[in-house]
Amino acid sequence: MAAMTPTATSTPSEAGAPAKTARSRPRPRIWRGAVLALAGAYFLVPLVASFVFTVHVPGQGLTFEAYTELLAAEGFTRSLLLSLGLAAATIALSLLLAVPALVAVRIGSPRLRPVVEVMCMLPLVVPPIALVTGITTVLRWGPEHLSRTPLYQTFIAVQNESFPVVLVLAYTVLALPFVYRSLDAGLRAVDVPTLVEAARSCGASWPYVVVRVLLPNLRASLAGAAFLTLALVLGEFTIASLLGFQPFAVWIVSISGAQARMSVAVSILSLLITWLLLLALSRAGTNPTTTAATTSRKES
Amino acid sequence: MSTTTPRPVGTAGGSTSRRRRRGPRTWLAALPLLVFTGLCFGIPLGAMAFGAVTRTDPAGGATQLTGEHLARSLQGPYLGSLVGSVQLSALTATVGGVLGVVIAQSVVTSRSTALRSAALTASGVLANFGGVPLAFAFIATAGISGVLTQLGDLTSLGWNLYSFTGLTVVYLYFLIPLMVLVIAPALEGLRPQWREAAQNSGATGWQFWRHVGLPVLAPSLLGGFVLLFGTAFAAHATAAALVGGSVPLVTLKIADALSGNVLTGQENVALALGLDMILIAGLVMAVYLPLQRRSARWLR
Repeated sequence: MAAMTPTATSTPSEAGAPAKTARSRPRPRIWRGAVLALAGAYFLVPLVASFVFTVHVPGQGLTFEAYTELLAAEGFTRSLLLSLGLAAATIALSLLLAVPALVAVRIGSPRLRPVVEVMCMLPLVVPPIALVTGITTVLRWGPEHLSRTPLYQTFIAVQNESFPVVLVLAYTVLALPFVYRSLDAGLRAVDVPTLVEAARSCGASWPYVVVRVLLPNLRASLAGAAFLTLALVLGEFTIASLLGFQPFAVWIVSISGAQARMSVAVSILSLLITWLLLLALSRAGTNPTTTAATTSRKES
Repeated sequence: MSTTTPRPVGTAGGSTSRRRRRGPRTWLAALPLLVFTGLCFGIPLGAMAFGAVTRTDPAGGATQLTGEHLARSLQGPYLGSLVGSVQLSALTATVGGVLGVVIAQSVVTSRSTALRSAALTASGVLANFGGVPLAFAFIATAGISGVLTQLGDLTSLGWNLYSFTGLTVVYLYFLIPLMVLVIAPALEGLRPQWREAAQNSGATGWQFWRHVGLPVLAPSLLGGFVLLFGTAFAAHATAAALVGGSVPLVTLKIADALSGNVLTGQENVALALGLDMILIAGLVMAVYLPLQRRSARWLR
């Protein structure tokens, strides 16, 4: 490549470049510029227009009321805190389940690998709305069949209005494919068996190996998994609304009728927050990924 | 690798016993994940499938097998909603797939790494920007009193956001970035050397794509299409917040049947519709996963 590519790129800069390269060089540039400009317009216009919608009231001019009144709005902090709490619990649960399983599959039980992969990927096949039909059916068993057993208390506790554990369980199921993908990619980038054997030969205990050797190498993919889960939980509407809870996304819909401007303002803010989170997390995870990626590429 | 293990560890006997112990222990680490998915994913799905094919007499409590719910889910308005969902998903997946490839190609071939990382980051955020906030952003942009609608007088041009076409435009907003994310690594995997080799052998641009580019990309392209189809098919929140019931979609019908105060028998039809959805999505994934594995062979 080193021998070929530079000659191909240096040709147009020569004074007497052949007609063919002179014609073929600028064409992709124009084409690329047009594509990117159109795409940029398509993706920017709704954002800009929604912002204009929130700050410009026809006949009254500019106003930032939609944003300033947000904090005082009924249910805003409650639903946001509920969503954040659910997200934290979901991230913790999905990582606690997935990390040991994936590490185990890498170092000790390769035969389990297809089983774990299928288990983690199956939720992709099941649309959330289909899952929620099953969940409502199961939750109805509580009052119908189990009212005289201790399990009934569990059913009640799981549906606690202030912190619905049932949502955490459902979200963990939905997040598993993304968590699996992210962790699997991270584990693929490091040579887990060699790392583990090296650490074990130096006398490290198993918990030490996992916490001090494996997890730091997986920092980027752990951050990625956590981010995807956070985005998923913050935006989740279907399951929560059909089970009758009111986290953030459900709250936005509930106010949209009376306060259209505010619902759009909150939508814009949620995009901005997601964007900032992604940037922060991708920066936090840059160094390990790039080093891991470059070393693994050198080896292959 | 396993042959190097015994040497650093003093005695050979100690290391073999440790290796024998490692098997069952690592297997145990994967157990919580498998138990969790079995409980929180398997039981709701089982309940849904069971409810879809049985009928319980409300008075006597006797349960009997019946195909009635599945049959009803494939008739009249329910069939219409299934067909509508499939049509919308196929259309958006095709358009989004093509546009996503075009955008990804123009991003990947660009020399500017800043543009590439910005575009990929933006795609990551926008692909997650489905659901309720997206619906409200579009209502503010192109809804009845939206900014663009007012500016361009779109209503007189026949524009209606709350329609099949409107929904297509909205879905493309998160499907195109998703396609960019999926296809960009594949396009990057098309090594410049292959193109140079083809050019040096006298191949035209078209011949390169016909005999090298597209065959290598085919699994990723089909896989991306299928992923987009599945995503659009399962989407509920965007449509629920946007059109309510004016476009027949299976997810909206299920939500109606679950939450609306309709006839009691409708609940089982919702379960049957859920089962229909899983069957369709399962077919789609059965195409996607092997394709992804095939493309991984070329692109690493």
